[in-house]
Amino acid sequence: MSDITRDDVAHLARLARLAVSDAELDLFSGQIDAIVDTVSKVGEIPDDVPPTAQVVPQTNVLRPDETEPSLPRDVALAGAPAAEEGRFRVPRILGEEL
Amino acid sequence: MTAVTNPGVESAPYTVEEVCEHFDPVLGLEVHVELNTATKMFCGCANRFGAEPNTNVCPVCLGLPGSLPRLNGTAVESAIKIGLALNCHVRERSGFARKNYFYPDMPKNFQISQYEDPIVFDGYLDVPLDDGSTWRVEIERAHMEEDTGKSLHIGGATGRIHGADHSLLDYNRSGVPLIEIVTKPILGAGVRAPEVARAYVTALRDVLRGLGVSDVRMDQGSMRCDANVSLMPKGSSTFGTRTETKNVNSLRSVERAVRYEMGRHAGVLLSGGSIRQETRHFDEQSGTTSPGRPKETFADYRFFPEPDLPPLEPSRDWVETLRAGLPERPWERRARIQTEWGLSDEELRDLVNADALDLVADTVDAGAPPEAARSWWVSYLAQQANTAGVTLPELAITPAQVARVVALVAEGTLTNKLARQVVDGVLAGEGEPDDVVAGRGLAVVSDESALTTAVDEALAAQPDIAEKIRAGKTKAAGAIVGAVMKATRGQADAARVQELVLERCR
Repeated sequence: MSDITRDDVAHLARLARLAVSDAELDLFSGQIDAIVDTVSKVGEIPDDVPPTAQVVPQTNVLRPDETEPSLPRDVALAGAPAAEEGRFRVPRILGEEL
Repeated sequence: MTAVTNPGVESAPYTVEEVCEHFDPVLGLEVHVELNTATKMFCGCANRFGAEPNTNVCPVCLGLPGSLPRLNGTAVESAIKIGLALNCHVRERSGFARKNYFYPDMPKNFQISQYEDPIVFDGYLDVPLDDGSTWRVEIERAHMEEDTGKSLHIGGATGRIHGADHSLLDYNRSGVPLIEIVTKPILGAGVRAPEVARAYVTALRDVLRGLGVSDVRMDQGSMRCDANVSLMPKGSSTFGTRTETKNVNSLRSVERAVRYEMGRHAGVLLSGGSIRQETRHFDEQSGTTSPGRPKETFADYRFFPEPDLPPLEPSRDWVETLRAGLPERPWERRARIQTEWGLSDEELRDLVNADALDLVADTVDAGAPPEAARSWWVSYLAQQANTAGVTLPELAITPAQVARVVALVAEGTLTNKLARQVVDGVLAGEGEPDDVVAGRGLAVVSDESALTTAVDEALAAQPDIAEKIRAGKTKAAGAIVGAVMKATRGQADAARVQELVLERCR
């Protein structure tokens, strides 16, 4: 059993910009706990198993180079916490320019 | 080399000659090229420069939850073509990887790229240098990835991130197909290192333009170069610490940035200092570089295989079909054309600079003699383009149409003067050259009896001149020729009229 706390869930929710109620903090901490436990089973796999990134035996899945409609700008910006001049507004970026 | 008079000052301007008395430079060039596909790498949004912010975006390129990438087949084809043109191997099985980093220009918080298995690898490009010799630049790899969005930093004095209050993001460029082409270390160029760097990027640009896979506009960012420079002491084979200079936005800047970094490194090293591995920013104005962020280590990116995109296994048939369709190398084509057409270096340079070489070549391919084809494009059509404020390739006339006009002149249907009117008609949207000839009634009057009648009428109208001609003053014929040309509205062949006038006065 891992130990995902209510505080961890609140932190995750804030990072994901999701509003989570008090009751949901308890619900999700239990659920996420179970998920983390399941994922941790990967650690039980022996080292000599090659990594798997694809489980469907498909190759060369290509799309024709034809334009499809984009989102209307107001729709694209609607989910953003802030927008300005048709652009997504983000807080001051700390650190260096990439 | 002069003594180091100011050991603490790192910007001591050592010339490349001075640098190379002590060191061997090592270069590594990374060139990012935006493909000119109709759509983005992983979604159907339009790939278009200069659109209103956030008008070419969708859930995929905005990184919204639940969206899935779908790979653009034309972008893959372009990547393979680029690899083949650079003499690379095409990997039998390649895949994508997530390059994780947290920065708002990439809304998914990772960039889809290729990591351990780039689609093409191990090639070379034989680069022509100014003195006519060739320098082989080895290619490490070229891989596919997606471009990032554009940030606008608000509140800072210079529009740069430092001191900015907040930033604004435009994701139109997010997901635009990029090919990153990476050289192996370029060794042994010595004092020619800055020239080799420029020549390589120039040759690469020409090859990519020839392939038609990118606009290759350094000024618009569709081609971007990062220059890695390090120095190793003469006689050593251990590479020194490198710096990576970004924001190198022109061919000339490539050469200047490499030269500046060579001199700066030598200044630091010779005064007992050491080079910090870092990204540096090139300043076009001053021709100098300044520190950017400390270089991140590979581990920071936590590369891992992209599970949402199946691997690529280009068939041998597909690759060979693409190889067979590769165009001639631009400089080889230029050399061939120069010989075939008998052009001087200057004439060739004028054609290249005017963006006219392809147009003339296509006109020749459509049946026109080289001299006539060249003459049309560099004189009359160049004037029309200039007047209209467009480039030659943008003029509303095709090489095939120009070739048809040339043919009409050669067969005597048009005089040069009439031919220009036909060209004007084509440019004005009146259709094909033959349509303009018919529509404007421009064909030369070649009906001998009609011409003879016109000559007789002109002679009868000016009996005194007719008398002079009969008396042997053939120069006087000019007045009669002029009258005939006027009567036929310029549609007669003046030379033939002249002959007829003399015949009729014999």
